[in-house]
Amino acid sequence: MTTAPTTTPAAPPEDPHWAGPSRFLALQEHAVTAFLFVCAAITVLTTAGIVLVLSVETLEFFHVSKVGVFDFLFGTVLRPEGDPPLFGVLPLAWGTFVVAAGSSVIALPIGLLSAIYLSEYAPRRLRAVLKPALELLAGIPTIVYGYLALLLVTPVLKAVFEPLGLQVETFNALSACVVVGVMIIPMVSSLSEDVLSAVPRGLREAAYGLGATKFEVSTRVVLPAGLSGVVASFILAVSRAIGETMAVVLAAGMRPQITLNPLTQIETMTTYIVAVTGGEASYGSPKYLSLFAVGMSLFAVTLTLNVLSGLVLRRYREVYH
Amino acid sequence: MSHEPTPPAPPARGDALYHPHRTLRRLAGPLFGVACFVATLTGVVVLSVLLGSVIARVLQGAPGHAWYDVTGNVRRLFAFLAEVIGRKQSSDPLAAGFKMGVIGSLWLLGLVAVFAIPVGVGAAVFLEEYAPAGRLKRIIQTNIANLAGVPSIVYGILGLALFVRAFGFKALALGPSLWAGSLTLSLLILPVIVIATQEALRTVPPSLRQAALALGATRWQMVRDHVLPAALPGILTGTILGLSRAIGETAPLLMVGAAGSILRAPKGPSDRYTALPVEIYNYAKEADARFQTVAAAGILLLLILLLSMNATAIVIRNRYARQRSS
Repeated sequence: MTTAPTTTPAAPPEDPHWAGPSRFLALQEHAVTAFLFVCAAITVLTTAGIVLVLSVETLEFFHVSKVGVFDFLFGTVLRPEGDPPLFGVLPLAWGTFVVAAGSSVIALPIGLLSAIYLSEYAPRRLRAVLKPALELLAGIPTIVYGYLALLLVTPVLKAVFEPLGLQVETFNALSACVVVGVMIIPMVSSLSEDVLSAVPRGLREAAYGLGATKFEVSTRVVLPAGLSGVVASFILAVSRAIGETMAVVLAAGMRPQITLNPLTQIETMTTYIVAVTGGEASYGSPKYLSLFAVGMSLFAVTLTLNVLSGLVLRRYREVYH
Repeated sequence: MSHEPTPPAPPARGDALYHPHRTLRRLAGPLFGVACFVATLTGVVVLSVLLGSVIARVLQGAPGHAWYDVTGNVRRLFAFLAEVIGRKQSSDPLAAGFKMGVIGSLWLLGLVAVFAIPVGVGAAVFLEEYAPAGRLKRIIQTNIANLAGVPSIVYGILGLALFVRAFGFKALALGPSLWAGSLTLSLLILPVIVIATQEALRTVPPSLRQAALALGATRWQMVRDHVLPAALPGILTGTILGLSRAIGETAPLLMVGAAGSILRAPKGPSDRYTALPVEIYNYAKEADARFQTVAAAGILLLLILLLSMNATAIVIRNRYARQRSS
């Protein structure tokens, strides 16, 4: 924010060059302020719109389908076409969890190590090349990653696991974990790197002065100092993996089931939403409305994680002067 | 024989508190460094594998050259891409292309730019230059930060209920038209544009504002004539990044009804449409392997489009930076 004064300068009483305060300018000022306020209000209205749409349609779903909230949240079978139709969200939650956990196993260590490399080890010129390359990776549309899962990851998995006697389906959870993991690496690395680079140099130099090696400085001084940011980036990346749609749609398939076998199809919340809109379900039918209930769950989970990430970043930040 | 007391043992070496672990420490450092380096390279490796495999796949659709014939292959590649751009959607993989998708995506790009840029920049200017520090500003700011983390499919749901169906009010419903698609995408990239613009505005030195105000400029004159021009390169970069995000989005468009089969180009914003990533999705999920080649060509088109947008952003930024410094 500027520290500029808010009052307009008063006119000197008897100055022939001063035409007096302009009514046009005053009007323009009001109009512009109002317009800009509306622009800012639109962002708030978007949130309100999301919450309103999701809650109204979710209530409608519970009303129309006669499914209890408890049955929805803790039901282990999702069969919208069945008789009676069953709307248990747990298979979707499990699929989402598998993808989020699997991709985190890949992305969190790799992302953190590359953040440490970029902030501590990389020579300046190499860093100037690597950082934009990682950002480029972050800008690739998710549909491309989904295609990559079909084109590259699944055939590789088949080549690896089928000789071992394991059946690999064309759509499988593992390939989704791999591509989503690769997708969120840049998120972890660039956010963590920002925080690690911001750790003051004096801290590093003090550690070196005590005889610490570079490894010790990185892991015992810089990393703890930037821990809040690293944890925040982890949470954000997990939230992104949970909300990821296209890569999972193309990689993981659309069969809602709770299974520990990562080589079979699963269905995530996002995939279900896409499947319902793409399908034949008519507007107002329980199956159609269930999309909003699932969307509500998805929104609640990701929002919680995002808020948590912000809290971690603010609450546990080490402040240096 | 008189015993002399033994001299005290030299301290250091045997001290219980002194464990230098020199070998271990000497080993751990480089090992860790190498691990970090390898981890960093995964990103670059993935990027090249991704591009390589997609290009290889596209070349399968245009065979006839050995892999080492680089110029021949490049020519083939572009000839094939040009061919694919010219064709409409088809259930025959040899006649399938992305003409309607490319046209639809360009429509979306234009409309989203018209909607999202003024609103996004306006919101950022309000927050940085007009809003008094306080609760209102804090609420809007937190809200924008949270919006940036909302999954794109949730925006799709919002667009579906709000724009496509208007909660069931037939008169207001936009249907699966370009209006609905572009409004949904605009809301989606709004946080990106606002955050980028805010950062650009913060880099403008306060002295510039004070000088303008001291000369009697109104707040809007100050913003319009001094602050915005100074922040323009940053704003443009952020805006183009936001637009390229909009171009690559698929999930929300599937929700708001970018159709699978569109054979006539939209004539206006209220027509039905399809988009490049949606067509890629439709081809990629086909069982016939020959469609994979078409999908790969579409991905290459998409990446070329995105790359040229990003290159434009960089060129604009550099040119402006030079002008201002000279």
